[in-house]
Amino acid sequence: MATSGFDASTVHELPARDLVQADRVAGRIYTDPAVFEAEMRHIFERTWVWVAHESELAKAGDFKTASVGRQPVIVTRDRKGNIHTMLNRCRHRGASVCERRQGNANGFTCPYHAWSYGLDGALRGIPYPDGYEGIMSKDGMGLRRLRTESYGGMVFASFREDIEPLEEFLGDVRLWIDRFMAQGGGYPVKVLGTHRFKFRGNWKIQLENTTDGYHFPIVHRSWMASVDAETADMMSFMNDPAAVTHDLGNGHSVMRMVPERSVLEETVGEAIPPKFTEMADDLASAGLDSAQVSRLVHSIHGSGFNLNLFPNVSMSISFLRVLQPISVDETWIEHIALGSDGPPEVVGAVNRERLRAHENFQGPFGFGTPDDAEGWDRVQRGAVGGPDLPIMVNRGLGRETSSSEGWATSHVTDETGMRAAYGAWKRMMSDV
Amino acid sequence: MSEPERSGLWSSSGWATGGPSTRRPIEYAGVGVDDPRVARCIQLMQREAELLDRREYSRWEELFAEDGVYVIPVDRDAEQFEDSLNMVFDDGQMRSQRVRRMTEGYAIAAVDAAVTARVLGRFVAESVVDDGGTTLVAVRAAQILVAFKRQRHELWAGDVDILVRLGDTPEQDRIVRKVVRLVDAGDVVPAAGFLL
Repeated sequence: MATSGFDASTVHELPARDLVQADRVAGRIYTDPAVFEAEMRHIFERTWVWVAHESELAKAGDFKTASVGRQPVIVTRDRKGNIHTMLNRCRHRGASVCERRQGNANGFTCPYHAWSYGLDGALRGIPYPDGYEGIMSKDGMGLRRLRTESYGGMVFASFREDIEPLEEFLGDVRLWIDRFMAQGGGYPVKVLGTHRFKFRGNWKIQLENTTDGYHFPIVHRSWMASVDAETADMMSFMNDPAAVTHDLGNGHSVMRMVPERSVLEETVGEAIPPKFTEMADDLASAGLDSAQVSRLVHSIHGSGFNLNLFPNVSMSISFLRVLQPISVDETWIEHIALGSDGPPEVVGAVNRERLRAHENFQGPFGFGTPDDAEGWDRVQRGAVGGPDLPIMVNRGLGRETSSSEGWATSHVTDETGMRAAYGAWKRMMSDV
Repeated sequence: MSEPERSGLWSSSGWATGGPSTRRPIEYAGVGVDDPRVARCIQLMQREAELLDRREYSRWEELFAEDGVYVIPVDRDAEQFEDSLNMVFDDGQMRSQRVRRMTEGYAIAAVDAAVTARVLGRFVAESVVDDGGTTLVAVRAAQILVAFKRQRHELWAGDVDILVRLGDTPEQDRIVRKVVRLVDAGDVVPAAGFLL
């Protein structure tokens, strides 16, 4: 059995990297403000952080505001179709230049002295510019830009200009993003709406949760009691040996609760669930062939897996869960509902069904989220006690094997995904 | 001065800065809150508020018409809820499941829910319609709710729009539609173990 590597006499003095061991982490990483500050600099400001889905920036001029760690950013699509991420901070005296969550604009004007910036962040105009003659040029005084790349519609930004290309960072995750995005059901995936809520706890408690199959039948018992037999059966993975979690590298993992639904194309032709028969008939009447109908209907339940990307986004069955660290003991979460970006007269009913399913579980009044948040809140409160006592992430270590792809793999209720994330955390925090 | 500079200085159109401020147009019934039909509607709202604060969810459910709808939209100005995301969008069946969830003892958020006290005020009669023996009364109000849990007070504020179908007696009055429009509906709110 592994030793903890920290105890009551050392836990407050050890460098951050030593607070994470192969099978356990110190509660201090949830509660120490200094660790949190280091995480912002060494993780969130040094790696790829998810900022948008491309459907949120469908047209030229579309923008949304987001955060990279604690730093406010604007994500835009310019007239040439390029996507940019810029700090939401005027280069003059630091005011935010945009306080709208999303919209469409020609650019951004600081409300303080009206410095104006283009969609690519370039400084376009300075009122009464004579005061700057001979001392400053507009060139180089644009909004600070972050490197921005996307894969499969997922847009990421990084403060580090010399960071590895996004696709390299994602590695084997790309296959799973492709599989996840198939749930457009023959059309692209688009964002349908966003729930936002907060909890009094450290961001890593939430990070762990999206790869925690173990809590599901316990914390979500009341949700399980509210759904139909087919859905309940689909989520009964506790004793299913085929339900596994893979460590995909770089802190990413995939938790396959419904493994037979990993690849949408393999479900095409399967019987239409009785509750969707009428919808299937309507889709056929709209001119879709049987494969198209099957694809759309079977996509309603999503992908059957949670794909957890370190550090801030999970592609969770049928929606995106995005975390935003606020302070050592406060985290904000977005639950982004996804649907099919097909013609409204074709996919309208499908998307309505997806919206209702999302509302049923997610959000501040869902049948699932409040119970998750209560669990996370309790972890933060409890972890203050016994700073030398480890938080255990060892479940399934004894039965972890390597898949044919070379991914460390264990049962879906095991803590393989948490160990993957903490491995990346430890590497990134090693120079703290 | 170049065009972008002019736009930046003199016009905000097309250059995003603050938040949009569109609100729904408002309508008035032309009667006061002392109109007996409106007074009954307000009485029902107050009864409902007390039942929710006391977590008497089964009795609360009985205040709704079978076809009644209970909504907390993400867009506080939404008029149409089917094609957009809501925090709550309950028909009779969902409301029934919600009450079961809140009372059966498995939902840890509901078991350990915040204690709440809410105040309704700023009542305005929106419409009073007598239609073939049925009277429908729509009232708008503001609601302030304080939720206390584990040494913290959370503030929930918003408008409550309600449509009530009057019965033969006040005990038979039923809610046809209740929409809670939070001031921060589109923003970050706590996860709740109670209802608004």
